[in-house]
Amino acid sequence: MPILKSMQNKLTVLIFLIISTISVHASTIEVCNSCKFKSIKTAIEYAKPFDTIIVQNGIYPTTNIIIQKPLTIIGKAMPTLDGLLKGDIFKIQANEVTIKGFNIINVGKDFANSNTAIRIQKSKNFNISNNQFKNVLYAIYLEKSSHGKVVNNKIFGNAVSEINSGNGIHIWDSSNVQITNNYIEKVRDGIYLEFAKNCTIAKNISTQNLRYGLHFMFSNNNVYTHNKFINNGAGVAVMFSKKIDMHHNVFMKNWGSASYGLLLKEINDADIKNNIFEENTIAINVEGSNRINYSKNNFIRNGWALKVRGACYNNIFESNNFISNSFDVSWNTKMNDNKFSNNFWSAYAGYDIDKDGVGDVPYRPVKLFSYIVNKTPETIILLRSLFINLIDFSEKVTPVFTPDFLIDNQPKMKPVL
Amino acid sequence: MFKILKYSIFDLLRSRWSFIYLVFYLLLGSVLLLLNSNLSNAIITLLNVVTVLVPLIGTIFGIMYYYDSKEFTELLLAQPIKRSNIFLGQYFGVAISLSLSLIIGLGIPFLFYGLVISEKVFEFISLIIVGTFLTFIFTAISFFIALSFDNKIKGFSVAILMWLLLAVIYDGIFLISLVYFEQYPLDVFSLTAVMLNPIDLGRTLMLLKLDISALLGYTGAIFKKFFGTNLGSTISFIVLIIWSLIPILGIVWKSNKKDF
Repeated sequence: MPILKSMQNKLTVLIFLIISTISVHASTIEVCNSCKFKSIKTAIEYAKPFDTIIVQNGIYPTTNIIIQKPLTIIGKAMPTLDGLLKGDIFKIQANEVTIKGFNIINVGKDFANSNTAIRIQKSKNFNISNNQFKNVLYAIYLEKSSHGKVVNNKIFGNAVSEINSGNGIHIWDSSNVQITNNYIEKVRDGIYLEFAKNCTIAKNISTQNLRYGLHFMFSNNNVYTHNKFINNGAGVAVMFSKKIDMHHNVFMKNWGSASYGLLLKEINDADIKNNIFEENTIAINVEGSNRINYSKNNFIRNGWALKVRGACYNNIFESNNFISNSFDVSWNTKMNDNKFSNNFWSAYAGYDIDKDGVGDVPYRPVKLFSYIVNKTPETIILLRSLFINLIDFSEKVTPVFTPDFLIDNQPKMKPVL
Repeated sequence: MFKILKYSIFDLLRSRWSFIYLVFYLLLGSVLLLLNSNLSNAIITLLNVVTVLVPLIGTIFGIMYYYDSKEFTELLLAQPIKRSNIFLGQYFGVAISLSLSLIIGLGIPFLFYGLVISEKVFEFISLIIVGTFLTFIFTAISFFIALSFDNKIKGFSVAILMWLLLAVIYDGIFLISLVYFEQYPLDVFSLTAVMLNPIDLGRTLMLLKLDISALLGYTGAIFKKFFGTNLGSTISFIVLIIWSLIPILGIVWKSNKKDF
């Protein structure tokens, strides 16, 4: 035992020595209005790799700073970096760069060059956290970068039209990025991923954005969980991507004449689980998407819960709750090998004599009216008319028009928890 | 006219029917709120009831009241009272007492449920307004029909047919023509068709309030303008007022012309 103890002591001494040598190498530079360094630019020029720059509270006009060495730049008490509406603010071209605790305002408006508050190019292990962005075109722009974090940032855009506005967090050709706990409002796309791989997007709130809360293009193997998408042009658009894991998200109040909670286009092999879709015009709009598992989602008070526009095969809809939607399912193709089972439908009027919790009569989620509206959209003006209720009822008793393959043979009697 | 109105209201309040009507709405309101977990759903279900049952009850009540009080009316006609005053007095008596039953019957359960503190209060108020308008319109139409037919059976069947036409058949023809002419632009046609039927008009007004308007908006620019702005509610409201005036004028015209 004493031998072990002495070894342990030696080890602690060794670790202490290593840490102290590192801290001798990395020095701290302070920036404030009365310090030796009055601007961040000069401090960065002076700093050696792995130094820490601490910026005291104040307002610093900062434009087009290029960081080409590993640095940690920390703001004390949220100092303001004012871009003076001229171009970018930070351009990071080195690994291991941290930018933390700044209030970044007034980025240029040149959308041809997509002016950005923090642009990260070909870098690894970056950490952008606890910043606040106001009046920016793009807040954070990642290009060919990987293994970084974007955490706890707040982005307040003021986008008016889609053409001349930017995205909150824009990720292009990057991988292994974690986007966590950010709040994004009033930009074009809250978070935009193009050719991004293995990214995790969690616990963000994206709201009041002009186009999408979250937008995937050609981005495979990504996960997004526990996010909230409220009142956007459309909540989330996932296009031309594979293996996207979507679970525990909330899609709410994406309400407008062409709004979606979730838009899926050309998506294969995805999982959509445990999400809540509430009060969206169309909760999920699906086009050309195959092998997707929809399970344990809640669809509550949407216009359409599921609008399937065709070329969708091998999808499984299992254990979802469809509660008080104007239309549960709208389908416009004649072929189907999708499976509906064990869902709860609030419109289900069957019985359960053997009391096993599963209705004894199959449920057909596509109503005749939903079929008619699909063919002639103007007929929607007759929604909730007595005549429509009558024809829906007679169609339910003797199905003629609605696709007979669309059927839930085990409808649940009570909502799935 | 006000004296006759007063007598009709008292007469109706004494009769069992307005109470049955009241109790029916009380039960309906409470059961709906009990079964539906939230106010919004209860209001949507009530919308179906208001656009179907309220016109039916207004029609039957109006026509029954006219034929029942025909002898009394003829007695009144012998007095030096203006003819239109007699019939308008009776009409408003029926319409007001029916509307009161509706407002009180639905109002009480919703008040107990805590309507005032919820944000749905405006939806509920517009539901009541639509219901009241429909009561006035359909009672007036039924009075007009009753004035036109001395034969009870004939009058009754025409009134029921009128209800059936406006509540069900109209929408059927409407739907078929929309599907048949789907290649053509249908925005203006469908909006006009809605305006020409008070039941559809009331339904549309409620849909506008119930936020379902977003579902309607995606079909075309005219729909979007109509349903997306206040324009739709304003126009629907004005047309609803016109709809309630036309049959009343009809009663006045018919009563002055009719040979008793």
